[in-house]
Amino acid sequence: MKKIEAIIKPEKLEELREALDAKGFFGMTITEVKGRGVQRGITLEWRVGEYRVEFLPKVKVEIVVNAKDVDTVIEVILAICSTGSVGDGKIFVLPVEEVVRIRTRERGGAVV
Amino acid sequence: MKKIEAIIKPEKLEDLREALDAKGFSGMTITEVKGRGIQRGITLEWRVGEYRVEFLPKIKVELVVDDKKSAEVIAIIIGVCKTGSIGDGKIFVSPIEEVIRIRTGERGEKVL
Amino acid sequence: MNINSGDTAWVLISTALVILMTPALGFFYGGMVRKKNLLSTIMLSVVILALITVQWMLFGYTLAFGPDHGGIIGGLDWLGLMKVGGAPHAGYAPGVPHLAFMAFQLAFAVITPALITGAFVERINFSGFLVFTLLWSTFIYAPVAHWIWGIGGWLRALGALDFAGGAVVHITAGVSALAVAMVIGKRKGYGKDNMEPSNIPLTVLGAFLLWFGWFGFNGGSALSAGAVAAQALVATNASGAAAALTWMIINWSHKRPSVLGFSTGAIAGLAAVTPASGYISPLSALLVGVVAAALSYYMIIFRMKIGFDESLDVFACHGVGGIWGIIATGIFAQKALNPAGANGLLFGNPHLFFIQLLTVVVVAGFSFVVSYLLAKIVDTMFSLRAKDNEENVGLDIAQHGESVY
Repeated sequence: MKKIEAIIKPEKLEELREALDAKGFFGMTITEVKGRGVQRGITLEWRVGEYRVEFLPKVKVEIVVNAKDVDTVIEVILAICSTGSVGDGKIFVLPVEEVVRIRTRERGGAVV
Repeated sequence: MKKIEAIIKPEKLEDLREALDAKGFSGMTITEVKGRGIQRGITLEWRVGEYRVEFLPKIKVELVVDDKKSAEVIAIIIGVCKTGSIGDGKIFVSPIEEVIRIRTGERGEKVL
Repeated sequence: MNINSGDTAWVLISTALVILMTPALGFFYGGMVRKKNLLSTIMLSVVILALITVQWMLFGYTLAFGPDHGGIIGGLDWLGLMKVGGAPHAGYAPGVPHLAFMAFQLAFAVITPALITGAFVERINFSGFLVFTLLWSTFIYAPVAHWIWGIGGWLRALGALDFAGGAVVHITAGVSALAVAMVIGKRKGYGKDNMEPSNIPLTVLGAFLLWFGWFGFNGGSALSAGAVAAQALVATNASGAAAALTWMIINWSHKRPSVLGFSTGAIAGLAAVTPASGYISPLSALLVGVVAAALSYYMIIFRMKIGFDESLDVFACHGVGGIWGIIATGIFAQKALNPAGANGLLFGNPHLFFIQLLTVVVVAGFSFVVSYLLAKIVDTMFSLRAKDNEENVGLDIAQHGESVY
C-alpha cells in the first residue's frame, strides 16, 4: 500500500474530493497547512506598508491506497489541480506497511 | 523503526494519551485534521435547511517506535479508540529510515 | 424655538445606537461567508459608514430633506450642511437641534446601502462597489427618503406611514439586493461547493448588536423622549422576540433549532416592525413578528430552490420584512396610540391600507429598476465582479492584502 500526500491549493479541494469520489476513492484526511515552494511567499498589507508572508495556506490531502491504484489517483489529482500556474502544489508517494480499521480490527488492503 | 499514524475521534485523544503514557509511550505528535471514510460527511443546519460538511474533525496521532513495539501500540490504540461505531478511524503503519534528536544530534532507535 | 434637552439627549444617543448597527451588520454578514472573504465582507459595511457620512454631509442630506421640489426631491439649499445648525427645524423635529436630526438621518443613510452588500459578498469588485454605493445613495435613497419623510414629499402628502424606514430602508435595500444579485451572477461553485460559514458566533454577535441598536433606530424615530418612543421600543423588542422564536420552531419542526436560524429570525422580525413600531400596540407587534419570520423563512427556501444566489438573503429578510411591515402598518395602526399616525384596516380605515400598498409597489418598483440600471452601468464601466482568480483565492488576500485567523 502507498500513501499519496498532495499539497494543493485550498480552492481545489472540493473539486478534487468530488473527482476522487466519482472514482470510488472516498476516504481521505485533509489538513490545513502552510507551505512554500518555488513561489516563495507573498506580500500582505499592514497598517501602512507591507509585511511578508513566507508560507501560504495550502491543503494537505492524504490518501492511502493499494499500490495498483496509485497512478489512477495521481492522474485525478493532476487533472484537477494542475492549472499551470506557480503554487499548484506537489504530490509525494510513501510506502505504508499496514492499515487497521479501528472499528472492526480488519487489516490490510481490503480496508483502504 | 515504524511510524504509526492513527486517525481517531477527537474525544478519544485524552484517554489514548493516558493509555500510551502508562505503557511508556510518551512521545507523540498530534494534528487537528479533517477526514472522511465510509461515513462520508454529515449535514449541519443553515438558516433554513441544511448544508453538507464533507469532512469531519479528527485527530491524527503520530508516534515513531521501534519495530518490535508497533504491535503493542496498535493494540493500545484499538483498545481505547474502538467503539464499534462508524468513524472510529484508521491506523497506518509506515517505515521510518532515520530519526535524529535535534538537541544532541543523536541518531537511531535510542532516540525513541 | 426652545431646545428640549430630554428629546435632544435621546436623539443623540439613538444616533450613536444606529451608527453601531453598521459594523454590527458587517459582523452579521461576515460570519456567514467563507473564511477567505470574512474581512472583505466586514469592510463592505464599515467603509460605507465613512463614505456615506461624507456623501450625506456634502449633498445627500439636502437632496433627501432639503426644501421640496415638486414632491420628488429636496433642493440644494442645505448643500454642505449650509443653514443646518443648532436651531431646531420646526417641521422635522421641534425641540431638537437641526444638526442632531441630520446626524440621526445620516445613520439611516449609512446602514441602508450596507444592507444590500449581503447580496454580492464573496465576488464583488471593491472599486466598482464604492461607485455603485455612491450612486445608489444619491439616486435611490435620497429621493425615496424625500418622498416618504421629506416635508412636501408626495407619498408623505398622501398619508403614507413609515415610522422608521420599512420602505425607505428595508424595501429599498431588499429589492435592490435582488437587482444587483441578478447583474453580478452566482458565486463560482454556488450550489456545488461547500460554502461553510466562517464564524457563526460572529454572526450571532452581529445579530444581537443589531437588535440592541434597533432601539435607537425605532425608538429614536419618535424624535422625542416620550410615550411614542417607549411604545416603539416595546414593539421592536416584541417583534424581534416573536420572530426569533417562530423561526426556531419552524426550524425545529424540520430538523434542529439552529443558532444561525434563530438569529436570522430576530432580524426578520426587527425589520418588519420598523415601519409599524410607532403606530401599533405591543400585542400587534408580536403578531407582526410571527408572520415576518414565517414569510422570510419560506422565501429563503424558495430562493434556494430556484438556485438564485442572492447570497445572504437581503430580500428575504429585509425586502419581505419591509413589505410586510408597511402593509401591517396599514392593518394595525391606531391613531389613539400616536396622534401623528392614522387608523389602519382593523380600526375602520381601509384608505390607509391602500396608501400603504401603493407605497410598497412604488418603492419596490423604483428601487428594482433604478438599481438594475445602476448596477449595469457600473458593471460596464468599472466591473462589478471580481476577477476569477481573486474569487478563487478569496477577496481578503486578493483585494485587501490581508487574511484572518
